[in-house]
Amino acid sequence: MHKAWKTVQPYLLATPQTLIFLLFLVFPIAMIVIVSFWQFNGYAMVPAFTLDNYVSIFTSKVSVATYVNTFKYVFLVWFFSLALAFPVAYFLAFHIHNQRLQIILFLVCTVPFWTSNIIRMISWIPVLGKEGLVNQLLMGLQLTQQPVEFFLYSDFAVVLGMVHLYTFFMIAPIFNSLMRIDRRLITAAVDMGASGFQTLKEVILPLSAPGIAIGSIFIVTLVMGEFVTVRLMGGGQSASVGKLISTQIGSLQYPLAAANAVILLAVTLILVMAILRVVDIRQEL
Amino acid sequence: MGLRKRPLSFYFLAVFFGLFVLFLYGPMIGIFMLSLQGPDGGLTFPLRGFSFYWLGQVFQEQRVGNFVEAFQRSLLLGLAVTVLSVIVSVLAGLAFRSRFRGSSFVFYLTISSLIVPSVLISLGIGIAFQVSGVQTDWFSSGLGAHLTWTVPFAFLIMIGVFNRFNPSYEEAARDLGASDVTTFGEVVLPLIAPSLVGIALLGFTLSYDEFTRTSLVSGQDNTLPLEIFGMTTNVTSPALYALGTLTTVFSFSLIAIAFAAFQFFARRQES
Repeated sequence: MHKAWKTVQPYLLATPQTLIFLLFLVFPIAMIVIVSFWQFNGYAMVPAFTLDNYVSIFTSKVSVATYVNTFKYVFLVWFFSLALAFPVAYFLAFHIHNQRLQIILFLVCTVPFWTSNIIRMISWIPVLGKEGLVNQLLMGLQLTQQPVEFFLYSDFAVVLGMVHLYTFFMIAPIFNSLMRIDRRLITAAVDMGASGFQTLKEVILPLSAPGIAIGSIFIVTLVMGEFVTVRLMGGGQSASVGKLISTQIGSLQYPLAAANAVILLAVTLILVMAILRVVDIRQEL
Repeated sequence: MGLRKRPLSFYFLAVFFGLFVLFLYGPMIGIFMLSLQGPDGGLTFPLRGFSFYWLGQVFQEQRVGNFVEAFQRSLLLGLAVTVLSVIVSVLAGLAFRSRFRGSSFVFYLTISSLIVPSVLISLGIGIAFQVSGVQTDWFSSGLGAHLTWTVPFAFLIMIGVFNRFNPSYEEAARDLGASDVTTFGEVVLPLIAPSLVGIALLGFTLSYDEFTRTSLVSGQDNTLPLEIFGMTTNVTSPALYALGTLTTVFSFSLIAIAFAAFQFFARRQES
């Protein structure tokens, strides 16, 4: 009796979590895949098999351009958040020796992540807008006669907004892997005569690669489906697959939105697999 | 140790860090200031006067949409998500202490929820409900959508906690004749309590501020982020900033309370 209970126990304990994901992750995605092959007329979807949705996406110049634009966002946001996150994480992990201060400064980086993305987006309006701080500064310094409109409602604003929102997802894993590096390895490198830069390149960077990989996966998946930032920061000027999907849902073209969603998911998974092939992240858990 | 000469890179990185913090907080402090303007204040600097006028405007229903009800919904939803995330992840965390068949399936199933772009979760649950003929609502489909975001984080934290957990305390309790339930309640739970505070805070704030996963599945009624998103297109006064300020202050107070609770549980463990 007792032994039987011990065998069953883990299954029972894991059941609620498994059910949640079967019900709200697996089943919905299966439905997306099914619906992507359905037909639709002006106002309803019709359960009949067709490849039209996919054909129309791949043959449309607009949707192909939208995919290319989304890749551009993914790459730029990834690049800039890595460029910000690595020095920040490095500073916290290797230059702050007081553990208490280290925790406090890390929390300082964390706190904005706990608040609303939309409000963090809105807060760029008074900074970047036509009458915003940046333009007031530029005009005050006589660097430009007319306000520069390019700061808000542009690709620049979209990338800036997403870097602002998501850099934390890069900082946390990199900080985590930097903290795990055995400090004796660095002492050894220095003793062998390595310069600071050589130590960084030969020791610290390779050992923090899994953290960079986890951060990159986060950035890729977050940016791939983005439509809020694209809408708020891009005005009507910018397009992404996420925004395309949300527009199609808005006009009730569910099968078309579903087909885009399937392609988006496939592309995201390919990117994630590519990252996982380069680095083994299991050692991080 | 403290007297060691700091390398030049320290100062360079310290300045970099400072600028980064300014980048993170600067815009938010900006709207905080702008929301405390006088009644004729605008959306941009310079500030025009000082008053709590715009904070008051938020509660005037006709001006700024129905913020109070949306806030109540987000609050209730956040609490439900918090409680469920904590319970579900603790149970799963306990399960993962022993190897069982299918454990890696459950593990990858949970992690994959983080890898699927949010808009897909929203679309998928929306379509699933529609095809099944069930109305979407913030407390049903919305709740499910939020759990797909909060439970993976909670689960990862729990795995980490139990990886560092010393089982000898439990063995001692069992040797003294305690049942599984007593051991859990008297030994395990107090030991993991500080981490549970962390999970609860993370779960609540992720849910309270969640937009994308909620956007297509909230049914007739908006949660607070949806309400704010709607306002961005039609409110062109500092009332928008004032609402931003208020909900940010709310989030920050929660972080402070949770931090205090964490310290409380952690200190009690030491003594």
